[in-house]
Amino acid sequence: MSVDSKYSPNVHEADCLVLSNETLSGDYRLMILRAPVRILDCAPGQFFHLLCPSHGPNQPYLRRPMSIYGYDMAREELQFLYKVTGEGTRGLASLLPGQSLNVLGPLGRGFTIRDDWQNLLLVARGVGLATLAPLAQEARRLGRNLTAICSARAPEYLMSVDHFTGLGARVITVTDTEGTSGIDNMRRIIEGEIAGQGVDAMYTCGSNRLLTLLQAVQGEHAIPGEIALEQQMACGLGMCQCCVRSFRREGRIIHERVCREGPVFDIAEAMAW
Amino acid sequence: MVNLTTRLGALTLRNPIMPASGTFSEELGDVFDLDLIGAHVTKTITAGIRGGNPTPRVCEVRGSMLNSIGIPCKGVAYFLDNVLPFYARFDAPLVVSISADTADDFARLCEQVAVKGVAAIEANISCPNIEADGKAFAIRPSTTRDVMIKLRQTTDLPIWAKLTPNTGETPEVAQAAEDAGADALVVANTALAMAIDIRTRKPKLGNLMGGLSGPALKPIALRMAYQCAKAVRIPVIGCGGIDSAEDVIEYLIAGASAVQVGTATFIDPLAMLRIIDDLVLWCDGEGIADISDLVGSVRDGEAADSVVFMEAAP
Repeated sequence: MSVDSKYSPNVHEADCLVLSNETLSGDYRLMILRAPVRILDCAPGQFFHLLCPSHGPNQPYLRRPMSIYGYDMAREELQFLYKVTGEGTRGLASLLPGQSLNVLGPLGRGFTIRDDWQNLLLVARGVGLATLAPLAQEARRLGRNLTAICSARAPEYLMSVDHFTGLGARVITVTDTEGTSGIDNMRRIIEGEIAGQGVDAMYTCGSNRLLTLLQAVQGEHAIPGEIALEQQMACGLGMCQCCVRSFRREGRIIHERVCREGPVFDIAEAMAW
Repeated sequence: MVNLTTRLGALTLRNPIMPASGTFSEELGDVFDLDLIGAHVTKTITAGIRGGNPTPRVCEVRGSMLNSIGIPCKGVAYFLDNVLPFYARFDAPLVVSISADTADDFARLCEQVAVKGVAAIEANISCPNIEADGKAFAIRPSTTRDVMIKLRQTTDLPIWAKLTPNTGETPEVAQAAEDAGADALVVANTALAMAIDIRTRKPKLGNLMGGLSGPALKPIALRMAYQCAKAVRIPVIGCGGIDSAEDVIEYLIAGASAVQVGTATFIDPLAMLRIIDDLVLWCDGEGIADISDLVGSVRDGEAADSVVFMEAAP
């Protein structure tokens, strides 16, 4: 078929070569793909829709949305940090270097870093840190100060700390085993940041508890913030209307598609679930 | 090269491949040039604003999926002002899918969307998600006839009736739609289905039940397309589980004049283009000059041997 030369897609399907796919700790894996440059014009917070391979009794049918952990046009690399939890991620975990993975993307609307936001605060837990990692990369590129509060069950699950530190972020770790990850302590840490160098914007991902915490902070301080949300998806492009979530806007409750209007939303509009 | 030009009554399509309603929208234009497919079929429009069903709206079953989207819609006014203008740039004919709870509401909506830029109306009289317990007009010949007669009175545009697998009266429903003035039949919508999480004992869909689509539906929809093609003289458009050129060819042999591709696009957004390319390769390899030569070419008169075999099997 002759393809119209005037047409240029902005979402791409591509087969990527698996360069490595290694265990970080427990169920966490880091996959590094060799990806064509045309699919690497990504924004922090965007995701790819992955055609996870079948592996024995695991036969995922639909694609799986996966937030981007890292993208690098110069090295032609795309990275995903994921937790093995179901059929799709078990399929991903089965991939060996040299095999290929079909990806669709980049998809969705990413995080905003407004010109007048100098001090950025990132708060995330567990695998949610992966979604926020590209934000640290972008903050460094733009010369912004980034503080990351990284929460995990135990110190050994704080796998992105070196990644954030390497990108020039100041990292504060809290864990369940050390008794530092409670809401009250995190609130104290955040209030300390606000009283100290100040916070111009807050970013988080996935967790109901952290959303509620940051909404409470917003109740005291007029600090804008964004949250990356998840929902089961089918198409990933906005056609099927599967992945809607509820939001508060202008006194009404509205539905938006996580794949299209999101996955990044205004913390003030997001609803705890 | 094989001639793929497809005639459906008054409509001419550049090829017989179009999307199934609900699996297509402007957003697919982010992935490929939408003029490469035979027609555009919108997600179902309703007169008023509908929120749709509670989530989860989708779940997987082995090799297929269930959905209970519930026709969320911003209403007909939004469609006419914001969606319709997008399609004006394309040559491919635009088919607008509509739905309503009563025959009168259906007719009023049909009148509203039968405007310039719309090439045909697809009457979604078969959605399992819009009414309680998955009931739909196309379950019975009488309700099919009632709604199609009212629709026919509102417009001269071609009206396609989208049928349901959730009926024991497929040929009768098909004939009722034809008698009432339908210009084509789309065969078929999803099959009412269910899945339960054995750990939580909760249904996997927020709406408890939903529609099965994907390869698991294909043999059922293919059987229906065959039955309908035998029962009526108007064109049949096959729909259900199509994922490859071979699937399309099978539907055409069964009697369909064109097909709709749905769930496959969710897994491979370029599925329709891949299918068109493979269809050309296959036809050229088989020396088929015109795609319409395949339509209804099933050798069903010679099937007696296999029937005997089936009966003889223990």
